[in-house]
Amino acid sequence: MNNLDPRPGVIDRRLDAVERLVAVSGGKGGIGKSVVSAGLALVLARQGLRVGLLDLDLTGPCGHLILGIDTSFPEESFGLIPPLAHGIRFMSISCFTGAEAAPLRGADVSNAIIELLTIVQWGRLDYLIIDMPPGLGDALLDAVRLLRRSEFLIVSTASRVVVQTVQRTLRLLDMVQVPVAGIVENMQRDGYAADPDIRALARDRGLPFWGSLPFDACLEPAVGDPEALACTAFAQALGKMVRSHLLAARD
Amino acid sequence: MHEFALAEGVAVTAVQAARKEGLQRITRLTVGIGELQQIERELFTGALREVMPAIHPQLAGVELELIVRPARLRCRACGQPFDLQAGNSELTEDQAEAIHFVPELAHTYLRCPACGSPDFEVMEGRGVWLEEIEGA
Ligand SMILES: Nc1ncnc2c1ncn2[C@@H]1O[C@H](COP(=O)(O)OP(=O)(O)O)[C@@H](O)[C@H]1O
Ligand SMILES: [Mg+2]
Ligand SMILES: [Zn+2]
Repeated sequence: MNNLDPRPGVIDRRLDAVERLVAVSGGKGGIGKSVVSAGLALVLARQGLRVGLLDLDLTGPCGHLILGIDTSFPEESFGLIPPLAHGIRFMSISCFTGAEAAPLRGADVSNAIIELLTIVQWGRLDYLIIDMPPGLGDALLDAVRLLRRSEFLIVSTASRVVVQTVQRTLRLLDMVQVPVAGIVENMQRDGYAADPDIRALARDRGLPFWGSLPFDACLEPAVGDPEALACTAFAQALGKMVRSHLLAARD
Repeated sequence: MHEFALAEGVAVTAVQAARKEGLQRITRLTVGIGELQQIERELFTGALREVMPAIHPQLAGVELELIVRPARLRCRACGQPFDLQAGNSELTEDQAEAIHFVPELAHTYLRCPACGSPDFEVMEGRGVWLEEIEGA
């Protein structure tokens, strides 16, 4: 017999009591996946829902910075218990490394993700938000392979430099038959309408276009302060989208 | 103790593998423990003993063999092979604990003893795996 990896077999069990898994992706870096993920978790927690946030960006984790969460080793109990901060169960590689660099090759990224999914006990959650790293590599493929019930929320900005990569991400998700919950435009400039190319991405595939999040100069000063963050125009707009697209079916 | 989560994985995987190989019952499991993750043999044996019957009654009396396999690392930058002793001269308790939770964090805290690079390959002895299932 070949050596068997004991980890993938229990990952489903770790997510048994999680109702919906929403992975936030878009393929490109710097388009706001992490602020949308953190904002989504915050908005849902403030609606009184049980929410987890899993930062799967192992080389550039930043969920802890956006939400102002202290990084320290999680409590151990039959695995690791994600600390509860601002009503959000949070897990990130930064819980183990703080601000240190984790120089990981693809196979290492995959191994570390599998390890985290194996040992983290999420407990009962209404939503687990997964902040994806850029790229169509190991993290995305592992999310698709191991988080079998996940659906994707796709972020784009109104730039041709971004849209084509977003389109590639959608093509990949289509290929592996993973559902897309919606497409969001981020960093919309004052006075502009929703980007026609992004709208077309949604329309051509029959996917819901959730709308546009404004470029918000108040976001940066609010980083690390969830109270301030929740009051930004960015978070308010996100909250509206969440109510009409994610929560509508619940009520 | 986070080892329980891994022990559960071993138990679930053993049952799945036995089913696949058409074994009616399992008599013996051989589990490899990679030195890199620094899991204690006694402790992991205890975790397995506790978890296994809960996963499947079939696993209650199974004979267990746990073998610690040394970590073999090799630098990708300069080609130097090395072991854990050579690579971890100054690990703090927290750094060792981080590697214990996620062995890939060796790349954050260990260095090639020859050239100092964190770009090394873990050839063997990473985490926990199932080496052999015996049964009938
Ligand atoms: N709507 C927005 N308004 C203002 N700044 C934003 C907005 N969306 C993202 N940013 C900023 O852009 C940068 C990249 O965002 P981030 O969420 O880290 O992107 P990604 O996770 O896609 O790489 C961050 O500094 C973030 O604060
Ligand atoms: Mg990010
Ligand atoms: Zn070297």
